[in-house]
Amino acid sequence: MAIINLANPSRFLALATRTIPWLGGLTLLVFAFAINQAMSAPDDYQQGATVKIMFLHVPGAWLGMLGWLVMTVAALGTLVWRHPLADVVAKAAAPIGAAFTLMCLVTGSLWGRPMWGTYWVWDARLTSMLVLFLLYLGVIAVWRTVEDPSRAARAAAILALVGALDLPIIKFSVDWWNTLHQGSSIFRMGGPTIDPSILIPLLIMALAFTLLFATLLLAATRNEILRRRVRAMRLMQASAAA
Amino acid sequence: MTPLAAILVRDMRLSVRVGGGALMGVLFFVTVVTLMPFALGPDLVLLKRIGPAILWLAALLASLLALDRLFAADHDDGSLDLILMGRMPLELVVAAKALAHWLTTGLPLIVAAPLIGLLLDLDAPAEGALVLTLIAGTPALTFIGLVGAAIAVTLRRGGLLLAVIVLPLTVPVLIFGVAAANAAVGGTVPFGTPFTVLCALSLASSAVGPFAAAAALRQEME
Amino acid sequence: MRLAAVDLACRRGARDVFAGVSFAVASGEALTIRGRNGAGKSSLLRQVAGLVRIAGGQLTIEGGDPELTIGEQAHYLGHQDALKSSLSVAENLRFWAGFFDAGSTDLEKPLTAVGLGGLADLPAAYLSAGQRRRLSIARLLAVKRPIWLLDEPTSTLDQPAQERLAEFMRSHLTGGGLILVATHGDVGLDGAQELRLDSSFSRSSECGHGGDG
Repeated sequence: MAIINLANPSRFLALATRTIPWLGGLTLLVFAFAINQAMSAPDDYQQGATVKIMFLHVPGAWLGMLGWLVMTVAALGTLVWRHPLADVVAKAAAPIGAAFTLMCLVTGSLWGRPMWGTYWVWDARLTSMLVLFLLYLGVIAVWRTVEDPSRAARAAAILALVGALDLPIIKFSVDWWNTLHQGSSIFRMGGPTIDPSILIPLLIMALAFTLLFATLLLAATRNEILRRRVRAMRLMQASAAA
Repeated sequence: MTPLAAILVRDMRLSVRVGGGALMGVLFFVTVVTLMPFALGPDLVLLKRIGPAILWLAALLASLLALDRLFAADHDDGSLDLILMGRMPLELVVAAKALAHWLTTGLPLIVAAPLIGLLLDLDAPAEGALVLTLIAGTPALTFIGLVGAAIAVTLRRGGLLLAVIVLPLTVPVLIFGVAAANAAVGGTVPFGTPFTVLCALSLASSAVGPFAAAAALRQEME
Repeated sequence: MRLAAVDLACRRGARDVFAGVSFAVASGEALTIRGRNGAGKSSLLRQVAGLVRIAGGQLTIEGGDPELTIGEQAHYLGHQDALKSSLSVAENLRFWAGFFDAGSTDLEKPLTAVGLGGLADLPAAYLSAGQRRRLSIARLLAVKRPIWLLDEPTSTLDQPAQERLAEFMRSHLTGGGLILVATHGDVGLDGAQELRLDSSFSRSSECGHGGDG
């Protein structure tokens, strides 16, 4: 079975090395098309050209969450199936997910400046993304605390699973907290309905970013495997010197 | 390389390597600030008003918690013994360690503060005043915390003990730091008055702190 | 240079570890300190290093630099290796050479001497216990200090490394240094004076800094 073969890091490396240029090229093509579509999309009658920030903001939010999903599946792979690639993928996914979450936060903040007159409001959805970003930084901190990746892997996997359980609760709590305080500010991003003239470019843009996510994840996983091989060779060097 | 430069370079290197605490302090800082609105409510008018206080409190906690391992790590692996056998006065060595600590944890807080300030709707004058007060005040936190870290290591306890003995000592820094930050955006006192006191606190603690910390470490001889 | 102790006593907490210890070591001489666990071997070395308070008696040095304390002229090789795992082998050694103000020392030579020549760029975390100990020993070679205080230096070292350490000690003595070494076994120093710490005070097996007296 193909999946079993992929469990072997060497096979994965060979496959990744062959796939990355193609996937990267495809990503570029789809981006070219998506940017073209986005630029020709009509401006919002209220928001003007600022609405185009959505083309970065929405994919950022979606991929920020996808990143944690990848980490959750990988965490199960580490803890349940002991898959040799699982914790490599989990480690590679954390900074990428964090970067997309940050993209969502920064674009949301830039969008908010003209819309709300301030860089930040404690809007329920933005706030949830902020907490997600902090959780990502926590996972990255775990990876950076211990030099031995196999020791860090289990801790990070458990944290990823607990985070996956907690994220819906966080989302719910933040929503509840926000409605409790609604009074002064009712903000909704993107407006009630999205016109197809914006929706279609947005979906294409999301596809482009998803391809970018996949390319980055593949490349980062390959780099992490190589990094661990270098580490193993250096450990061997130390023990050979006796 | 002179002994003090060696200490400085080593401590800074350690803090950015695996297991080092350089970014942990900033992460803690950001997390604490993020938690505040969940307790206080998302009212930007309120957050803007108390923003400098929140940021100062978070900076205080972040810079103290990171001090925990300052001497404990050197004590646990035997480095402290050798440091005591150096020809450089222990006071200077301790001051060099404090400087390295401030550069790797205090400075990142100061850089992060304006970004986090945006979350609390601070405007440009408030951000500027905040950064200025943090630059003037965080050295005092480091040098006061230094004494606590040295005492904690001789008692072979860290963490909460450090916080419990140091936090009360930092009350003046908190008072004048927040007062100066608030004075810049309005209020009854001019900015200069509390700011000057804040600078004085930093200078005084940088003069006294290393001596007290070195005295505490020498008790290790017992 | 001559290091002499007269009636030296050591107290740890409420317990007398030893008392009435006297010895004299001159340049080119070595002293092996023996005694069972808890007799105070580590404590005695740490007293000479200036890390444990002297409870009674006198410790004096003649010759050497009058500006410096005994500890400031001594190397101490304790149970702990004083290494940082996240720094490389070379960075660890360069730090101690810099801290002890050895100027621009050639680190290649001491590292090669202890057999770590090819590992300079590896993190110290990758080293075995014996390699870590050898890296600590490299510190004694990189920075010149006349007094060596060695606490069980051969523990964790294999036979070839023990022999190399014995060579280092002999050449240190030939160069006019003096060595105090606490050991249970044989460190390969012929003609060394011997000091037995078997005072009636020590009943407990727990003493000194590293747990082993």
